[in-house]
Amino acid sequence: MLSVETNETKKGLGIHARRALAYIVLVIMSFLCLFWFYILFVNATRSKGELTQGFTLLPSTHLIQNWKGVMAGTLPVVRGMINSLIVATCSAVLCTYFSTMTAYAIHVYDFKLKKFMFTFILAIMTIPTQVTALGFIQLVADMKLEDNFIPLIIPAIAAPATFFYMKQYMESALPLSLVEAARIDGSGEFRTFNSIVLPLMKPAIAVQAIFTFVANWNNYFTPALVLHDDKMKTLPILIAQLRSADFLKFDMGQVYVTIAFSIFPVIIVYLFLSKYIVQGVAMGSVKG
Amino acid sequence: MKKKVLSALLTTAMLASMLVGCGSSNEAPAASTDAAPAASTEAKTEAPASTEAAEPAAAEEGKVFNIYCWNEEFKSRLTDHYPGYEEVDGTTGKIGDITVKWNITPSDDNAYQNNLDETLLKQADAAADDKIDLFLIEADYALKYVDTDYTMPVKDLGITDADLANQYQYTKDVVTDSNGNLKGVSWQGCPGVLIYNREAAKAVLGTDDPAEVQKSVSDWDTFTATAEKMKAGGYNMVSSVNDTYRVYSNNVSGKWVQDGKIVIDDNLMKWVDDSKKMVDAKETGTFDLWSDDWSKGFYPDGKVFCYFGPAWLINFSMAADTDGSIANQGGWGATEGPQGFFWGGTWICGATGTDNASLVKDIILKMTADEDIMKEIVVADDDFVNNKPAMEAMAADTSYQSKVLGGQNPLAMFCAGAEKIDLSNLSAYDQGCNEEFQHAMKNYFDGKASLDDALDLFYKGVEEKYPELTH
Amino acid sequence: MAKVKRGKVVRYNKWGYIFLIPFVAVYVLFQLIPLFRTFYYSFFENYRSGLTQIGPNFIGFGNYAKMLSNPDLWMYTKNTLIMWVLGFVPQIIISLLLGAWFSDPSLRLKGQRFFKTVIYLPNLIMASAFAMLFFTLFSDGGPINEMLMQIGVLKEPYQFLTNVWSTRGLVALMNFLMWFGNTTILLMAGMMGIDTSLFEAAEVDGATSTQVFFKITLPLLKPILIYVMITSLIGGLQMFDVPQILTNGKGDPMRSSMTLIMYLNNHLYSKNYGMSGALSVMLFIITGILSLIVFKFSNGKQDK
Repeated sequence: MLSVETNETKKGLGIHARRALAYIVLVIMSFLCLFWFYILFVNATRSKGELTQGFTLLPSTHLIQNWKGVMAGTLPVVRGMINSLIVATCSAVLCTYFSTMTAYAIHVYDFKLKKFMFTFILAIMTIPTQVTALGFIQLVADMKLEDNFIPLIIPAIAAPATFFYMKQYMESALPLSLVEAARIDGSGEFRTFNSIVLPLMKPAIAVQAIFTFVANWNNYFTPALVLHDDKMKTLPILIAQLRSADFLKFDMGQVYVTIAFSIFPVIIVYLFLSKYIVQGVAMGSVKG
Repeated sequence: MKKKVLSALLTTAMLASMLVGCGSSNEAPAASTDAAPAASTEAKTEAPASTEAAEPAAAEEGKVFNIYCWNEEFKSRLTDHYPGYEEVDGTTGKIGDITVKWNITPSDDNAYQNNLDETLLKQADAAADDKIDLFLIEADYALKYVDTDYTMPVKDLGITDADLANQYQYTKDVVTDSNGNLKGVSWQGCPGVLIYNREAAKAVLGTDDPAEVQKSVSDWDTFTATAEKMKAGGYNMVSSVNDTYRVYSNNVSGKWVQDGKIVIDDNLMKWVDDSKKMVDAKETGTFDLWSDDWSKGFYPDGKVFCYFGPAWLINFSMAADTDGSIANQGGWGATEGPQGFFWGGTWICGATGTDNASLVKDIILKMTADEDIMKEIVVADDDFVNNKPAMEAMAADTSYQSKVLGGQNPLAMFCAGAEKIDLSNLSAYDQGCNEEFQHAMKNYFDGKASLDDALDLFYKGVEEKYPELTH
Repeated sequence: MAKVKRGKVVRYNKWGYIFLIPFVAVYVLFQLIPLFRTFYYSFFENYRSGLTQIGPNFIGFGNYAKMLSNPDLWMYTKNTLIMWVLGFVPQIIISLLLGAWFSDPSLRLKGQRFFKTVIYLPNLIMASAFAMLFFTLFSDGGPINEMLMQIGVLKEPYQFLTNVWSTRGLVALMNFLMWFGNTTILLMAGMMGIDTSLFEAAEVDGATSTQVFFKITLPLLKPILIYVMITSLIGGLQMFDVPQILTNGKGDPMRSSMTLIMYLNNHLYSKNYGMSGALSVMLFIITGILSLIVFKFSNGKQDK
């Protein structure tokens, strides 16, 4: 009896202390997440001259001027953003559609190579894409697909990790009886997949679409090997070029604006979608 | 033939549409009807002429002119000084009806060379509008391109020796291949000088007169002694150890690569020793050239006494157009410094397979051999151009003053320097070797590695870049 | 009845193969063939000298011998693992903590949605832009140094990018920031999925929250933790963008922050295809071994 009581008082105290601790840690972590972007924002608004005079916490007024400077320069950032959007969007669409299809094949059908294929896909999941990079660029050169988005987009069709997620999700969300019922109604297999399975998989597709989008949006390694023409370069390549030589003639204001340009639009879109994204990520884990 | 027919059709179509335009403009306000007939008659008289005379040329010349280079220097030269060049946006321009496309890749880490190589190797198969027409090369790797068939002999463009007679001989020697063919032409000479901060000179040395300042930097011993004084006066002698690098590396006794082996010259080791001492004494930093930290000395708050560089550095890089920079206030002075040296230099090359040979020729002639344009460049941009008689005349001309240098006329100094430039120790591997050497030694200067480890790192880096080399 | 059903299924099963076609076709073309080609190339001397192609000349295991004759490869493996661990350990600790707090109804944390949104945010930032940002912020004369000097913490700029551990630390910090939000959300969801009756039972038995966490939550979370660990390790071994851009591809100081993929990129970049091939094969083997260890480790534990 006594011990229970002490436990409870301990716990009572504990809750307040723990809550305080939780808030402190959360505030510190939030600060760590946001601080850099605040500096970025402030510095993007400051002129070249102001930037040489130490740091301030308050933004200045040269944002537009810096932006104009970037626009007049030789780094095609807007084009880069469009290119990145094209590559990331197409990859996300192809990747989720075909990964769902692959997962569907393994989940619903019973065929001789099923077990082998499943193990095979799991095994190749761990092979880093960079390992095949050498053969990949040679292949791309042979097919004359350099400076082309195809070698960046099409490979997204074969995405073991997305496949795995879809397979897991199907196990809990796609009862085989539903497929049976569709067959009895006379629906063809392909139609069943497109009109019944896909809508059912929507939440999983949304999550994986976002992941794939972000992964391709970030991708620097492969595009840097495939794209050489300025008009085709994606944003990460252009960002990396910021570090080279006298590109912007040391106008750090322009450097900051360029970085800001590649970061803030994503943040804004994210703020609108954050609820779904965070939920989506959480949902994935329950199934996994 | 097809092209001819097509362009004839196009001309007709244009003419027709103009006439239609005139016809419909009858309804428009009077002001425009005044102008329209004039335009249409002009078009009429011009059109027949062009179908006869200009037609063959138009059929040969491509509509897209691709230029490969690594920064904006040549672009601004062309924009400012080439007659008829109009800027469309950051990476395109127009000369007449030809679109000029700039393909700019930073030279850092051989990126420019790699990109250029890839495109040149595909040149034969590329569509006419994608072919490189003109590209620029730098002294550090000029040799790599000079002895290949990807670079056109200048005489094949129709440029004669007489056209280039006034140019400095060394600018021709570098880019002459083993068969004696000249493969590129440069518009600038790159003798380097010591560029000092007048304010710092006055504060610490008590004078900002070039001849007096020279006494304090006349050789490396006095240079080192002055560095101590500068330190006491609150100034860094140079912004970074890499500032003095070219002065040492141009006064070497042999090439970077000899018989497939990497050779570190004694003079470079002297640079390492001298620089290490300066870094340890906190008289300079170890920043990469072109980094933001390195360029801080372009402003008074940066507290840097001097930079080393040729004319293009003064003009192109030292932030002369930014308020508050030393250059903007004319606060630099120039003097010979401890040793003569050169840095950079850009050569214009025609790419084999160009479909705009006559434009390549014209650009080369206008930008490197047209005396009026050359003088214009000197006056407007303070560059040191590749025309010996013109430069010598201007050196003697007291009316020429460099704003950045506070009214000083540095041309005599440059002229003297240009005479002494010796490029016989260049190798095709210089860019990679120089970059890796500076980078590896930075680790040593910063105290992150022993000298031997840093040298190992250097060899490793170079051999990764050029697998054919050993040490 | 069962027989009929079975017959139908068999009839449909060819669709299993049909639906696998896109994946297999693309995989074979863009991954498998390149993989074999990479292996094949590793036995040749094959590079470009200036504008001239050297090779391919068959040299057997020459490239491997050359690569294994110096200790670099292990150094880069070590660097990669160090930077991964530096980021992963805090990531998993903080994520477990936050996950536990978020999923603990008795804490009644306010503003959960805001915090979740914020901590997930860095995951969506383009890694190259983030690295470029850190490079500018932490350069010798950059804002961080200026700030620290203005508030009097530092007398002279601290050279973040010329010191081994500060460079590695920055890389780890960025990886941590980019991934801890994601892990938190995953773990939190896992914790919410745990049957609440278990917690109630523990409460009746008088267990403290710490005990509950270690005795109930953690063991039940193991599948998710393993998933997080494996994906993070695979991602970690492929670490490239962040250190590449932060150190301008040099891995300074003295290559102490050069990762395996950066090293591979060096060879690919200078068109040394023979060495790149050999290096890729080594990477393949290293990744394989590490993955096997993690799989074995996790399976073995699950058996107990």
